Amino acid sequence: MKAIDQDLLLLKNEDDTRALGLRIAEALEPGDVVALIGDLGTGKTALTKYIAEGLGITEEINSPTFTIVKEYRSGRLPLYHFDVYRLGSGDELLDIGAEEMLDGDGVCVIEWADIVADVLPDDALAIRLEYAANEGERTAEFL
Amino acid sequence: MKDGRFLTLGIETSCDETAASVVADGRFAMSNVISSQIDIHTAYGGVVPEIASRKHLERINDVIGKALDDAGVSAGEIDLIGVTYGPGLVGALLIGVAAAKAMAYACDIPLVGVNHMHGHIAANYLEHQELEPPFMALIVSGGHTEIVNVPEYNKCEKLGGTRDDAAGEAFDKVARVIGLGYPGGPKIDRAAKEGDRESIAFKRVYLEQGSLDFSFSGLKTQALNYLNQERQAGREINVNNVAASFQEAVVEVIADKAVMATEKYGQKRIVMAGGVASNSRLRALMEEKAGRKGIDVLKPSPVLCTDNGAMIASAAYYAYRSGAKPDLELDAVPGLEF
Repeated sequence: MKAIDQDLLLLKNEDDTRALGLRIAEALEPGDVVALIGDLGTGKTALTKYIAEGLGITEEINSPTFTIVKEYRSGRLPLYHFDVYRLGSGDELLDIGAEEMLDGDGVCVIEWADIVADVLPDDALAIRLEYAANEGERTAEFL
Repeated sequence: MKDGRFLTLGIETSCDETAASVVADGRFAMSNVISSQIDIHTAYGGVVPEIASRKHLERINDVIGKALDDAGVSAGEIDLIGVTYGPGLVGALLIGVAAAKAMAYACDIPLVGVNHMHGHIAANYLEHQELEPPFMALIVSGGHTEIVNVPEYNKCEKLGGTRDDAAGEAFDKVARVIGLGYPGGPKIDRAAKEGDRESIAFKRVYLEQGSLDFSFSGLKTQALNYLNQERQAGREINVNNVAASFQEAVVEVIADKAVMATEKYGQKRIVMAGGVASNSRLRALMEEKAGRKGIDVLKPSPVLCTDNGAMIASAAYYAYRSGAKPDLELDAVPGLEF
């Protein structure tokens, strides 16, 4: 992955989230993993949607919570969008066949990545999303 | 064949139920075995796929055997096997598909793959013997919120769906936030009966004018903001009121859009399907809003709302009758679309 030179970003609104998503998408290369960490409602799925937009994916990106992972192949690179909210550990992620996707031809964006941190590659781009002081604002911290 | 009736064995393992059923002539469930895994999942607060696929594997043969026994038929009398091949958890789907293929091959029975969502719609053919297309279908579950036009058997046209969280998922997440636990749908339904649905003004999200899509992600954030605000102000949170107000904001939008779609396509009936179709408030509101427009609402009984083998057998029967080619090479397709 081309480096993103940033520690902490204030996302004032959806436009800021979109700009970040597009920037991340531009830097992504095959085999990259984006690990998103943050509470319910901090904008993990929203950021993923904009990463997908930046990759040129045309399909609707909706929550993969129910099936754990959804694949999208209409963009510059295949996108594997994970939501591991329902999982208990990294081993469970590997048990559903995620290894192939983590080392694959595309990029993985993983929501609730802290749950499965033990099986993610060391060079994953980890981003912590948090509520900021004002309603509607979020912070994005690059870990 | 038995007594001149065409027998279909339906197998369903797309998520957390291992299920099988024998259905006669696509309409009569002679057996309906569901090996619910709800107890195992409660400890984790959700569906755990690693456990799910192992449990499917442990139970699949017994469940199929019991479905045949309960129906009083032998494997040799089965005319058709139908199995869910997607959408769902890949590891879970594979168990059902592999079992169905093995049995189809060994007993020389034709096998057809069934889209799980078509199965949910077909649940209504079992419940309502007189029901025939055309009609409008509303599928609301943990993974789906969809409005589907059904002009004929085995033909489904998706008109709208969720852009972020499914309705059932929103219920699960908010239930977790307010401490009600899993499964969120039934728990919120129960708590809401004791609460005031007008106590908190959660915003209804209708999206663009005329849109048949849904968005429930913002509602979850609204609920979180409300809880934070109340906690910061030191006020006690009335869980029943939060549940009732949240539920109302979800089901009102669903009912409005389902009725709008039905009118737009000139249909006279809405058929409900999926786990959230059991929600008592959604059922009541659908009847009220559709009734005003002279539209009938058909609902399957709760056992047919959850994932089951009978609905898969019924969908397989109508697919086969409509000319679907039997396929012994069938593969699981986790991301299967309509």
